[in-house]
Amino acid sequence: MSKTDTAADGAEPVPAAESTEAAESAEAADERELGSAGSQLSTAPQEDAPNLPTLGVIGWARWFWRQLTSMRVALILLFMLSLGAIPGSLIPQNSVDELKVADFKKAHESLTPIYEKLQLFDVYSSVWFSAIYILLFISLIGCIVPRTWQFIGQLRGRPPRAPKRLTRLPAYTTWRTDAEPEQVREQALALLKQRRFRADLAGDAVTAEKGYLREAGNLLFHVSLIVMLVAFAVGTLFKSEGGKLIPEGDGFSNTLTQYDDFKSGSLFDNDSLEPFSFSLDSFEDTYEKSGPEKGTPRIYRAHITYSEGADGPEKKKAVEVNSPLDIDGAKVHLIGHGYAPVVTVKDGRGKTVYHGAVPMLPIDSNVTSTGAIKVSDGYRDKNGKKEQLGFNAFFVPTFAGAGKGQMFSQFPAPDYPVLALSAYHGSLGVDSGLPQNVYQLDTSAMKEFKDKDGELLKQRIRPGESMELPDGAGSITFEKDLKEWASFQISQQPGNGWALFGAGAALVGLVGSLFIQRRRIWVRAVRAADGTTVVEMAGLGRSESPKLPEELGDLADLLYEQAPGVPEPTQESAEPAEPHGPAEPEAVPAEGAEK
Amino acid sequence: MNLAAATNENLANISNVLIYSSMAVYTLAFLAHIAEWTFGSRSKVARTSAALTTEGTAAAAARPEVTVKKAGGTAVLERPKVVTRSAAGTRDVPDGPGAHGGTEKGDMYGRIAVSLTVLAFVVEAGGVVARALSVMRAPWGNMYEFSITFSTVAVGAYLLLLALKKNVRWMGLVLVTTVLLDLGIATKWLYTDSDQLVPALDSYWLWIHVSTAIFCGAVFYIGGVGTLLYLFRDSYESKLESGGQPGTFAHSVLSRLPSAASLDKFSYRINAAVFPLWTFTIIAGAIWAGDAWGRYWGWDPKEVWSFVTWIAYACYLHARATAGWKGRKAAYLALFAFATWLWNYYGVNIFITGKHSYAGV
Ligand code: HEM
Repeated sequence: MSKTDTAADGAEPVPAAESTEAAESAEAADERELGSAGSQLSTAPQEDAPNLPTLGVIGWARWFWRQLTSMRVALILLFMLSLGAIPGSLIPQNSVDELKVADFKKAHESLTPIYEKLQLFDVYSSVWFSAIYILLFISLIGCIVPRTWQFIGQLRGRPPRAPKRLTRLPAYTTWRTDAEPEQVREQALALLKQRRFRADLAGDAVTAEKGYLREAGNLLFHVSLIVMLVAFAVGTLFKSEGGKLIPEGDGFSNTLTQYDDFKSGSLFDNDSLEPFSFSLDSFEDTYEKSGPEKGTPRIYRAHITYSEGADGPEKKKAVEVNSPLDIDGAKVHLIGHGYAPVVTVKDGRGKTVYHGAVPMLPIDSNVTSTGAIKVSDGYRDKNGKKEQLGFNAFFVPTFAGAGKGQMFSQFPAPDYPVLALSAYHGSLGVDSGLPQNVYQLDTSAMKEFKDKDGELLKQRIRPGESMELPDGAGSITFEKDLKEWASFQISQQPGNGWALFGAGAALVGLVGSLFIQRRRIWVRAVRAADGTTVVEMAGLGRSESPKLPEELGDLADLLYEQAPGVPEPTQESAEPAEPHGPAEPEAVPAEGAEK
Repeated sequence: MNLAAATNENLANISNVLIYSSMAVYTLAFLAHIAEWTFGSRSKVARTSAALTTEGTAAAAARPEVTVKKAGGTAVLERPKVVTRSAAGTRDVPDGPGAHGGTEKGDMYGRIAVSLTVLAFVVEAGGVVARALSVMRAPWGNMYEFSITFSTVAVGAYLLLLALKKNVRWMGLVLVTTVLLDLGIATKWLYTDSDQLVPALDSYWLWIHVSTAIFCGAVFYIGGVGTLLYLFRDSYESKLESGGQPGTFAHSVLSRLPSAASLDKFSYRINAAVFPLWTFTIIAGAIWAGDAWGRYWGWDPKEVWSFVTWIAYACYLHARATAGWKGRKAAYLALFAFATWLWNYYGVNIFITGKHSYAGV
């Protein structure tokens, strides 16, 4: 599908505005020749006008394929991809935060069905988004394959011969010398080869080309994009990710049932969960005690004991926010922490019906936390009837002091911990079969315990203190050993290594592609009528670059030293003289020299 | 309150004073640039129109038949001269003389403006460094800090280009104006007290990822200015070419800018040069996200917009390589790409919550 036997884009030399008829056909011949001089300077496909095919099914298929693999369509697809990614940042996404999606759906009832039809809650896995990038990648493959063959062809072939009129090229220089033409050509060949041009001698001129790494880089970049996409796809299909909250002293082993929440890719297989287990020994957190940064966390560190495999040896490790535990492809990240006050609930007869650490969820940066304590079995009221107890809990690690404002924490460390409770009895609703939020109390089927004034029973207690329930209904004690909890995300995603490798290769390719110039240099040396040798040098790059004239100048300087110039003869014997020839106006800095 | 904290507060205050001082100096630079443009408008620049309205063969002769003379180390014979021609399809118009319009007075004010900009830059950079020292960390923990670093880097890049003798003085006024705007917004609305980082931001990847992100933004901005001015200058040139008569003000301003071709090339080079670094920034961010959040790519709003920006710039680079898309169409894509960058920077931080939100914006 090579379409590159016309001029490379951006490098077409200038058609001069000459008016005579005779000159015109010569012009045309010139143009053709110059065109081929610039051909194949890149492997970018040419844009041809989208003329519709007349050739039946195969013609249409071919036409369609051509369109798909053209730069113009790649451009449009790229643009659509960038636009298509936008809604996903404006509308909540299931893949990012399902709770937000649910809130959004509640708030926008009329929009929701439309959004759902358009898959706007799952943009990045939607049919239309996938269609854009799949088309783009088909286009990409359809682009890379022919370009690679073409590039290999260029590497094995020879750069095109020197056009007749070198003066027409973007950078040009000439002088006369007494050296023999053959000698000048040999010198030029040696010089260019020494400068690592691919050069050879053809007829009266040397042809040289350099900068193939640009094309190689470009191809590497585009291939790497495919590697990255495949790695990402594999990762998405086979990944698993789950969360687990663990109070100090508790543990976790990596099986599905132990997770608080769990998501996985569609090809994920439960057996592929890495076998390991760990327990949280202690959670270490320190905060700035004074100064303008008071309260800012300095250290979050979860000290864990873990073992690999079903029963591997126990090892210790400190997991921090930016340093996860890495076990053979599974990563354990620290993502949150909070407090878990230990409480003991007793019934009216003094029997302990509940004892444990109750994790509370932080709601601000000073770790003011909320939670619920649920006593679902074992409790009997004073008449011996089975009932359930529930407490709404509010916990602050550092209390401002009674009467000083609201119940918000002043500092994240437990300097003056206070637990505020309000008490209910009745049915927790846990048996209704609906999943329940463990941090919230559903009081719809519960009755308030009342205090002396007939209000909801509320009390603030400090470690070691208890709240008595009215009428001998029992008590709840805030135990002295306040525990902390840490939450972890455990994730497994194959293909990460490949994605990283692809990204690195893409970067290398990109740098090559954008910073290396591919260019050609021709050196012609012929004997003039007066017996001297006319040396002409010209350069052509894929795009106009200020470096090309500079490089040509440098090369000319070197060659000039070996074949020094002689004064210009009078006008009539100067055969390659041209309207735009070298005898033209005086020195202004080269174009781009100061840009 | 311990001693260290007090020193920190002192440094933070010094930083604030320096930032305000730099704003004062930038304001002076702004006025000097205005003086430069005003005096420059009195010159009788007719070059551009002359070059564009002369026709046919004359136009061909007016091509920049530029020659380079290589002065060797020793006084040898004259070296060969290189003649260059520009590619087909570009207008061969010489660059405008710059804001001063060739007038001596304008030039003097322009030089004063540049000197003031250098001073303001030094003061502002001092402010950024003091801010960093006050917390002993990279000064990129919140938007106030991003903003002051951002404008410092943009001005630094501009001064570097000037020092490398690149023709960029024409953007002085625009740049100084935006820097003032940026600092104004930063001090008025985005100011946050000097503060420590939350542990999530406490990683060496912060240095790598955020510094390159700010640098890319600042340089993309410079490219964006070039593109915008290219669009103006290009319509000006085509108006002249088709025999139209631009307004006096437009003529006065635009005729002093570099030619459309130069502006176009300038912004392409800037954008193309930063694109790999922007690619690197995103990769670094993904690696960091993998360490901090347990997944390297999760379509968080900031990630989405970085991706959009990246694709938009890739689009622009493709457009430049595609016949029929060069010039204005490509320029619109470049502006679109920069707009997505700006939105990623301000919009996403302010209007959208994601994992990338920081305390106090
Ligand atoms: C997956 C999306 C793609 C991305 C992100 C992308 C990105 C890029 C970038 C950044 C460049 C600039 C490098 C340079 O100028 O040398 C480039 C160049 C190029 N791309 Fe793509 N590309 C994509 C898809 C495609 C497709 C589908 C095609 C084929 C139709 C294609 C063909 C080319 C060609 C021919 C060049 C080189 C142009 C030149 O020689 O200047 N690209 N691409």
